[in-house]
Amino acid sequence: MLQTFKDIIDILSAPTVSFTLLTIAFPFVFPPTDWFEKIHRKFGICRLWTKPGFYGGMIAITFFFVVGYFDPNFNITLTKADNFPIILMIYSMFIAIWWSMYQAYQNDDRLENGLKPMEYNDPDDKVLVWPDLVYIEFIALILFMVFLIVWSILVAAPLEEPANPAATPNPSKAPWYFLGLQEMLVYFDPWIAGIIFPIFIIIGMMAIPYMDINKKGDGYYSFKERRIGMFIFMYGWVVLWLFLIVIGTFFRGPNWNFFGPFEYWDAHKVVPLNNVNLSEYIWVKMLGTGMPTNILLREIIGFIVLIGYMGILPIILAKSWLKNYFQEIGPVRYTFLMLFGLSMLSLPIKMYMRWLFNLKYIIAIPEWFFNI
Amino acid sequence: MENKNKKSFLERMGESQVWKSIIRSGVPRSRRQRMQAILGSVFLHLHPARIPKHAVKIGYTWCMGGLSFFLFIVLTITGILLMFYYRPTVEYAYTDIIDMTEQVPLGIMRELHRWGAHAMVLTVWLHMLRVFMTGSYKPPREFNWGVGVLLMTLTLFLSFTGYLLPWDQLAIWAITVGTNMARAHPFIGHEGPGASLLAIGDINLVHAGSDVRFALLGGRFVGEASLLRFYVLHCIGVPFIVMILMAVHFWRIRKDGGISGPL
Repeated sequence: MLQTFKDIIDILSAPTVSFTLLTIAFPFVFPPTDWFEKIHRKFGICRLWTKPGFYGGMIAITFFFVVGYFDPNFNITLTKADNFPIILMIYSMFIAIWWSMYQAYQNDDRLENGLKPMEYNDPDDKVLVWPDLVYIEFIALILFMVFLIVWSILVAAPLEEPANPAATPNPSKAPWYFLGLQEMLVYFDPWIAGIIFPIFIIIGMMAIPYMDINKKGDGYYSFKERRIGMFIFMYGWVVLWLFLIVIGTFFRGPNWNFFGPFEYWDAHKVVPLNNVNLSEYIWVKMLGTGMPTNILLREIIGFIVLIGYMGILPIILAKSWLKNYFQEIGPVRYTFLMLFGLSMLSLPIKMYMRWLFNLKYIIAIPEWFFNI
Repeated sequence: MENKNKKSFLERMGESQVWKSIIRSGVPRSRRQRMQAILGSVFLHLHPARIPKHAVKIGYTWCMGGLSFFLFIVLTITGILLMFYYRPTVEYAYTDIIDMTEQVPLGIMRELHRWGAHAMVLTVWLHMLRVFMTGSYKPPREFNWGVGVLLMTLTLFLSFTGYLLPWDQLAIWAITVGTNMARAHPFIGHEGPGASLLAIGDINLVHAGSDVRFALLGGRFVGEASLLRFYVLHCIGVPFIVMILMAVHFWRIRKDGGISGPL
């Protein structure tokens, strides 16, 4: 019984399956349009953001970790001292997201009924910082310090053998908060996964207030008023950042191969490396002419795909599906929104092209270290 | 009842010359004194004297911004204590780390520092999530959100530079994995696109001994110079920038109208 459960979890947690399930489920959990909202209500997914949903989520997470604790294989990764922050992260992020959505739904109802949000108070009715806020801060920091001291007494900070440049551990992992980037390295070359995307993440996040011109929902928890912005951000944050960290921590073993949480980390697991570049697909498999010697000619299809995706697709969208939106936010905002949005979307797209067609690179110019 | 006119110890202390010279106001009892307690203190006047009611609700603020700042202070103090014992050289670093737990009385400073650093990453993330969920980045707070994103990035970088210092296997390989990315930096990394364009004739300007990774590590691989560089960045370089940005961040909270709230 328990073994069947573990086997099912192992299969489900493979990035192909878990990532797909999460991506498909996501718009139904954070519905960006009326249609998704209808199904969200009809099938009771909205109950996730009620108290029973909270208990259910907490029990599910705890059950997963308890079963993991008593499993000889999962126990090794789970009880690593440095992985404790990730367990904390899973709990705290679930609690935080649940709590904000729980309040957001209450506020949505209030706003629909013409009431002010819960946070609203008469602007003239203020409280004094001394003592009302100062004491809360004081208590918060005392409690947090107690938590930190207890944690520090109970769990020794990890220290492995002295550094040895000659002995590479397998797997060698980046610090846990960068594991999302390391996971992207599976699908993109370092210059994209390690440099371009991080820069885009930082600048893109800084640009959020300038791209999101929706004035509603400022200063209180809400969902419905800003559901599209919320959906995009939550997908990037929960799936493309936090979930990739979870994959990188618990599901990536020797040689960065995938292992289910209850699987043994076999360093000799054989994974076929049969990824093929787009140019090989075109010139060798389809046309059968062999690769042209001119680099740019060889990769011409890749460049067309890239320019089409980043350059022409936004123009088509601006003229058709996003016409009203384009007029609303103007060309500059639209350009940046598309730059960051399509870059973000390119990660799942590349993942699926890898999984479905074994596609290695869309543009492969190793001569110039220019692989996309 | 007869004690009504008798002053308590606190009140008498509040009237003494020493107390008044330091705290400026007496024991804050009246409304006026309570406001003065905030306005008259260099530390507390980070706050306004009065705030809207929802601003003291943990359910709204989660206290995560304040805790991030608190953790920054905890990490500074424990970090200073660790610096007494730690020497950033390949020869001593690892053994100094062992000494910290085994020879130093109450040797949990390294634990406090390391777990505090992990916790700070989480509190900063939670703070960011709260600010997003309440839409608090919207005008007039756009700029401060940007400063916050930079502070979050620097928090990660602080944690990253500290990762190397124990000089164990975990440290050098995590940093090796992390800094290997830098060699693929377009134009300024020697394995990045465009790097080969920066050449005079046959002489490459960007090579393994001159690229951005070399600048970060002080060498072609993680070694003695990297340890010193990361130590300096970790103890002085990054905290220096973080402190400037924190000052801007806090100042702008006040200038942008205090904590966000419904109109």
